[in-house]
Amino acid sequence: MIREFGSAEFLFLLEGARWTVVLSLVAFTCGGTLGLVVALGRVAKPALLRALMAVYIQIFQGTPLLVQLFFVYFGLPLLGVKVDIWVALTIGLSLHTSAFLGEIWRGSIQAVPGGQSEAARALGIGYVHRMFDVVLPQAFRIGLPATISFLVNLIKGTALAALLGLTELTRSGQLMANITFQPLQVYGAVGLIYFFICLPLTYCSARIERRLNVAR
Amino acid sequence: MSYTFDFGPVFAAWPMLWTGVLGTLKLSSLSMVMGVALGIVFMMMRTSNKAVPKVIAIGYIELIRNTPILVQVFFVFFGLPALGLRMSAEQGAILAMTLNCAAYAAEIVRGGVQSIRSGQIEAGRALGMHTLDIYRFIIFRPAIRAVYPALCSQFILMMLNSSLMSSVSAEELTYFAQTLDTQTFRSFEIYFVLGVVYLMLSQFFSVALQVIGRVYFSYPTK
Repeated sequence: MIREFGSAEFLFLLEGARWTVVLSLVAFTCGGTLGLVVALGRVAKPALLRALMAVYIQIFQGTPLLVQLFFVYFGLPLLGVKVDIWVALTIGLSLHTSAFLGEIWRGSIQAVPGGQSEAARALGIGYVHRMFDVVLPQAFRIGLPATISFLVNLIKGTALAALLGLTELTRSGQLMANITFQPLQVYGAVGLIYFFICLPLTYCSARIERRLNVAR
Repeated sequence: MSYTFDFGPVFAAWPMLWTGVLGTLKLSSLSMVMGVALGIVFMMMRTSNKAVPKVIAIGYIELIRNTPILVQVFFVFFGLPALGLRMSAEQGAILAMTLNCAAYAAEIVRGGVQSIRSGQIEAGRALGMHTLDIYRFIIFRPAIRAVYPALCSQFILMMLNSSLMSSVSAEELTYFAQTLDTQTFRSFEIYFVLGVVYLMLSQFFSVALQVIGRVYFSYPTK
């Protein structure tokens, strides 16, 4: 008998959505940490470091996320590195995130007036305190809307995990569509779940951006 | 490490990958052109004074921008046939990408049109210009010029996103790479080369589109 797309099936999708959220949070945390390093490297003094980080960013912004994930998941095991799907996705998505957040945060660090950094230096404040207590808190405010927009992109990007076989929201949808033969309803529901995960973030981002523009 | 690299099979399959490059360019350029055209329609609905078109446009734009393009293409390719709308993989891919692009293009072009000061349009009217000419020369061309860099990034994004169309077996670059992978099992080499090809494509287009823009929009502003 063919199953109808009902509430039990919808609950199955929601269970998949849990992994979408977990995957996004893990990738955002790991990628954000690495992204901070990329951003600091991008505004550092040594020209070689800056160039290196620029190339790193270019590589991840100039290739599709899908190819990056395939490379990690299918390519690395041939070199003898054992990667299970969660490890592969965490590595792939984190590297991707670090490049994009690195570029966003580079922009926000450079948008902090140079006088702030100079004043800190004049007061004899060292690099670590200058960055973490003076520049970065201000850059954080400026970069917040773009960071949240990227988080939305990342959540949408985790849908690609379905193509690697992780049963997150999109893959749950594929399974349900195959069982119920109601792809229109199933993919519609999947889309709506993504929509209601992402919409509050998009709304937040737009609101913060408006408020920052008024303050300026 | 016991693995020996062999890029031979990848380069031997170059004709197939080249077909893939052309497929990728076809998908992304067709859907970009149609997407911008449709996006302009949504932009006009979005900025109109009437409530109904405005709500429809906002709903559409937000729905598309807050769902993954992968789900959109599944919806189009697997879902719409249930309504009797059958299509080939390529048509499905182009339709999904066009619908996706329209939402982003609508927001980009809206930014450009809002940068046109109303005095410009009034001046056009005072000179007795035809409404269509006002739209063409006073609104759209300068507006597109203002947002041209954003449209270029959108095109490159579309090109990278077209790799997802391999999941519905539309014949583009990633699809052929996957085919090659199942034939040769040279995953590392194949996905490495694939990445390099995409990187070259995006670098090439970011420069080429910039040059085209500089030529096409080279009229003086003052």
